[in-house]
Amino acid sequence: MSKKLLLKHDHEPGIQTYEVYRKHGGYASVEKALRTMTPEAVVEEVKKSGLRGRGGAGFPTGMKWSFLAKPEGVPRYLVCNADESEPGTFKDRYLMSRIPHFLIEGMITSSFALGAKTSYIYVRGEYYYVIAILEKAIKEAYAAGWLGKNILGTGFDHDMYVQPGGGAYICGEETALLESLEGKRGNPRIKPPFPAVKGLWGCPTVVNNVETIAAVVPIVNDGGEAYAAIGIGKSTGTKLISASGHINKPGVYEIELGLPVEEFINSEEYCGGVWKGRKLKAVVAGGSSVPVLPADLIMKTAAGEPRLMSYESLADGGFASGTMLGSGGFIVMDETASVVKNLWTFARFYHHESCGQCSPCREGTGWMEKVLHKIVHGHGEMKDIDLLWDLQRKIEGNTICPLGDAAAWPVASAIRHFRSEFEEMINSHAVEHA
Amino acid sequence: MLKVTIDGHTIEVPEGTTILQAARMLGPEVAPPAMCYYSKLETSGGYCRTCIVKVTKGSEKDPRPMPKPVASCRTMVMDGMEVQNKTSPELLEARKGVVEFLLANHPLDCPVCDQAGECHLQDLSFEHGAESTRYEFERRTFEKIDIGPHVQLHMTRCILCYRCVKVADQLTPGRSHGVLNRGDASEISTYIEKSIDNEFSGNVIDVCPVGALTDKTFRFKNRVWFTKPMDAHRECDKCSGKVALWFRGADVLRVTGRKDAFGEVEEFICNTCRFEKKDAADWKIDGPRVIDHKSVISSNHYLANNQVPDFAFRVGEDYKAIEDKPVQPVPVQNQLNN
Repeated sequence: MSKKLLLKHDHEPGIQTYEVYRKHGGYASVEKALRTMTPEAVVEEVKKSGLRGRGGAGFPTGMKWSFLAKPEGVPRYLVCNADESEPGTFKDRYLMSRIPHFLIEGMITSSFALGAKTSYIYVRGEYYYVIAILEKAIKEAYAAGWLGKNILGTGFDHDMYVQPGGGAYICGEETALLESLEGKRGNPRIKPPFPAVKGLWGCPTVVNNVETIAAVVPIVNDGGEAYAAIGIGKSTGTKLISASGHINKPGVYEIELGLPVEEFINSEEYCGGVWKGRKLKAVVAGGSSVPVLPADLIMKTAAGEPRLMSYESLADGGFASGTMLGSGGFIVMDETASVVKNLWTFARFYHHESCGQCSPCREGTGWMEKVLHKIVHGHGEMKDIDLLWDLQRKIEGNTICPLGDAAAWPVASAIRHFRSEFEEMINSHAVEHA
Repeated sequence: MLKVTIDGHTIEVPEGTTILQAARMLGPEVAPPAMCYYSKLETSGGYCRTCIVKVTKGSEKDPRPMPKPVASCRTMVMDGMEVQNKTSPELLEARKGVVEFLLANHPLDCPVCDQAGECHLQDLSFEHGAESTRYEFERRTFEKIDIGPHVQLHMTRCILCYRCVKVADQLTPGRSHGVLNRGDASEISTYIEKSIDNEFSGNVIDVCPVGALTDKTFRFKNRVWFTKPMDAHRECDKCSGKVALWFRGADVLRVTGRKDAFGEVEEFICNTCRFEKKDAADWKIDGPRVIDHKSVISSNHYLANNQVPDFAFRVGEDYKAIEDKPVQPVPVQNQLNN
């Protein structure tokens, strides 16, 4: 069994309730931080831990926190991004619905470190039952004195709110999330200014993923160095992976970063191998936005090294032969799956979710979807492959927010690694029609 | 002062200047095209991505180039910055892509569009677009709707630049105009069929870069290139009263704001001046208006002197300047006989 930090007690009966959670050492990090540490010391521990954002981008959390502007007399906010909408990612839902107090504890400790008197958990609308669980847990935390005025008699006040989103993928982009939280249309803002300077209601704001905030709990409890000792290189700590697709045991797993991909797929502790004894064809390693990799490249890097579940190893080789850890949405496809059809599904998603603010993404996502629709439905021509390649190239990097990139990368990687499958599909239909 | 070099031209600009503003200070020939940015409207810009440029040197302090093209309208100049616009073939290719995206769902109904001749999208596609489209699917269409008594919205032509939304937000009290839906189904609309009705609402027509918002008092009256612009003014208690009148013969067909070399109005005008004063006797004429906004159809028509149009660089040696001779105005009598 590998080290578990977040899902240590997820199977305890009644862990959703405050009493059971407290019995298993819950809220110790709040006590430790508020009673024995200064906010700066907490930030320092997070920096030492090497924790990186678990929402997808992998930006060092300690550094993000240290960018937070601290002007006099202006409130600061912590916002938890629980708008988990990436296809293939469902780890935050599991964490929030299983151990809601873990997130709340992390929120209080993080807010103390950042000097935020108010924090928000922005939950996607489809997670309506999670919202009920969180609200119940917050009520319990208020009743037990972990929230409200003068927490633990230290003079630290904190209020926490849950805000349901409307179910738009784009609201997982931090500035769109802030717009939505302010009650406006959820369109990404143009950066700079970054939220650390001008965020919620124009005030300095930190937006972190659920898992990132939860990871602050073990960091404060055991110290940043202990956390940094787990994992490999700059990928420290543990990561929740949402495993789905053609595997024997889909589900949410907590892994120590640096676990070999092969072990993750085949070991009984995790995915339990590709189902029905079939062969592995491809893996989308970090949620629908990251490049898809064929079986040989996901198991071994282009240089022949075994591929590990870490930020660096998965990205090894750049986009030519690598991918990204992303948000940890691990989608496995067996030999019977069609990469092209799967890509069409992704393209439909991005077309549906594009906010429509900037032109390359608004028009490009729809265009790519239509071309893929044409190919999948037997009307494709060879030139469509080159058209798709050109379209993704013209979207990538030319948009306000990363949704454009997220829509472009799966298309690019599918053509890069599975071009023959596109050709086969087009040819076989051409024969049918002849 | 900060020093910035754009396509080899260097200029010193005050702090807080964007790359686009600096390029515009250098002149229209250097400035990247902009479809959504409007200097008179706050927070405009950043959406259309036509003004993207390549920053080859970030600043004197941090000379690293920026990894992606940036929207020049929203990127501040840093001291020592070096920028490539027309000198980067890579960037021109990216911009061509943006133009193709803008045109993907555009109806290209220029022959029946009132904006033709002064349409920024027309100019943009002529200068930066591809020869033909690769888009082979059905384009999105909308029903025409009237927003207010004087303005018609033809959403099918809209490129979602958000300029009219900013006008409604910043110029008129009680905003009732915004965007519905998402992605390529987005739609400019008013709040549940509520019409825009206030003194400055007509400015949405002037800021619209395409023919999506048109003046109902001018629709289908004439092609703009047959009309003659004149600067004129009147005493107005609501706006400055400084306008451009568009004549056909002795008739004032249309009143608009005075547009500068970048197609932006110098001052916003009120609805009384725009829609109700259509008699030459209402105005004091200041003289003919020189249209120095570069435009496909106006390039040999309104220009004071025969400058080599900007798109010539694309055609290269094949381009021949048309004889350097101002176009003779057609006598009024002949026009009436047409």
